[in-house]
Amino acid sequence: MTATLGAKPAPGRGRARSRHRLAVLGFMAPAIIGFVLFFGYPLVTTIVLSFTKYDLINPPEFNGLDNYAFMFKDPLLGKAIANTLWFVVVLTIARTVFALGVASVIARLKSGVGLIRTLCYLPSLAPPVAATLVFFMVMRPNGGPLDTVLGWFGVDSPLFFSDPAWAKTGITAIMLWISGDLMIIILAAILDVPQEQYEAAELDGAGPIRRWWHVTLPTISPVLLFGIVNSVILALQLFTQAVVAGSAGSGAADATGSTKYLGFPDNSTLTFPVYLYTQGFRYFDMGYAAAMATVLFIISFALTIVLVQRMRKNSTAEEGGPGA
Amino acid sequence: MTATLAKPPVDVPAEPEQPRRKLNVSAVLNWVATHAIGLALGLMFATPVVFVFLTAVMSDNQAFTSDLWPREWHWENFVEVFDKAPLFQYLVNSLTYSLLATLGMLISSIPAAYALAKLQWRGRNVAFILVIGAMMLPPQVVAVPLYDTWSGLGLTGTLVPLIAPYFLFDAFSIFLLRQFMLTIPQSYVDAARVDGCSEFQALVRIIVPMAKPGIAATALFCFLFTWNDYFGPLLYTGEVKDQWTLSLALATFKGMHIVQWNSSMAVTFLTMIPAVVLFVFAQKSFVKGITFTGVKG
Repeated sequence: MTATLGAKPAPGRGRARSRHRLAVLGFMAPAIIGFVLFFGYPLVTTIVLSFTKYDLINPPEFNGLDNYAFMFKDPLLGKAIANTLWFVVVLTIARTVFALGVASVIARLKSGVGLIRTLCYLPSLAPPVAATLVFFMVMRPNGGPLDTVLGWFGVDSPLFFSDPAWAKTGITAIMLWISGDLMIIILAAILDVPQEQYEAAELDGAGPIRRWWHVTLPTISPVLLFGIVNSVILALQLFTQAVVAGSAGSGAADATGSTKYLGFPDNSTLTFPVYLYTQGFRYFDMGYAAAMATVLFIISFALTIVLVQRMRKNSTAEEGGPGA
Repeated sequence: MTATLAKPPVDVPAEPEQPRRKLNVSAVLNWVATHAIGLALGLMFATPVVFVFLTAVMSDNQAFTSDLWPREWHWENFVEVFDKAPLFQYLVNSLTYSLLATLGMLISSIPAAYALAKLQWRGRNVAFILVIGAMMLPPQVVAVPLYDTWSGLGLTGTLVPLIAPYFLFDAFSIFLLRQFMLTIPQSYVDAARVDGCSEFQALVRIIVPMAKPGIAATALFCFLFTWNDYFGPLLYTGEVKDQWTLSLALATFKGMHIVQWNSSMAVTFLTMIPAVVLFVFAQKSFVKGITFTGVKG
């Protein structure tokens, strides 16, 4: 009853209602202005620029669908799309399965949970540039720690960041090392599974593995879906690790001025965002970059809809009472 | 939820009817196996940083070899890197970016999150969906017009284009703060209104004190995100060396000191310290914040 006082001002209380409106407007004003300035306006401009030829110095020149038509003839764009698709598939599966596996092990621990959870989570806080250099050093051929350790077992280490066939695997290893945030989310979901469900399954004679498969997995499936969507977004946006691994691998002295290192080795780390950045801010072909940005926007828009729908389903299921 | 995270899950109690000795042996084996795997995982995550640290304290010559353990401990490497690059300047730039952005985020995002979580108004759901959309948008999508605008204002080459947006809108922070505020019972807000509080007073006196853990977690994430940011600084300050942040400078440092593994690893190690320190002091906030981003819809 008191809820209606503030929530829905009764008709006739005109002053309270307009005060309420004023409060909403006041609280939302910076966000609305910021959204328009930093998302609405640039998004519309990007789409408009994608139909032009624009080099940042001369005014944009309308060229119809030229930029989009060129996409089909651009072998480097094909390479960039293939690389990003590789990450979307491999990184998404590897990251979700890995985080689920680590969380499942931690959930079964009875002592040392805090320490091991911290060790698994901490790398995800490291700057991505630092994380990339850590792996670049550890996985370097000819005397790197991984090479040395593999040598004890008589195994030759791959060249990783210098070999087009292995560079993406190297970047995936970095991404798994920093996947601690997803682990924590999955771990919390596993620990939230009602204990009675395990007890019921055990009465039915289910061992630990069958309990995990038939009780844990179905119960946490909404969180796994979140993990998958989250990993797809991460893969689509992959930029920093690819640029830094490329520049370190090529030995480029200047990480900002030259383009020769982008995608090193042999364009194997040239992801879609890296190529967009190269075209727009190295070659100043802003129109083409805007066309690529429009494509990227359409893909992430579709993903947003998937995530929003999942959240809607979740919140109606949880309507009873938000715990925690 | 975080409370349950801290303590190990209760295992299913053994059935009294079953033969005891057999159960104990398999339970012990199970315990040993699980903890061995857990320990191995923990070590696997820690090992790369241990190698980085060991390489950082090696001599110039030894760092080039395949040795894993330093013959002599050159602690001065951590100091000498400050002479090889203007690290102090980069540190100041990084702190300027991170601290001002976090401050701006707090000013702009707390009221917006409150309006989205606790006030009823038409268009609220649409606004929330727009926040999620902004959160999911790759930064490269809007980079071209934004760069164009900032360059027209003559502000590229400074930290302004990185910091200014936080004083108006930061999608992730608004999202996270809203999720926290939803857990505060509506009755507290209603009671404040009955007592004659304005919406602003209800926010400042009731919601902000109750949402302190959530605000702390959001501020931590904002600080770390900006501290770790690479694309933003590269885009806006890439050409102007004395505006570089630590993350941006670190990417270049490896290139300039290619043969000196000890120097580049010393800098790498130093840039990872702030995150570890923040985590040690605010572990609970981190875990709570992370959990909120995924589980609560």
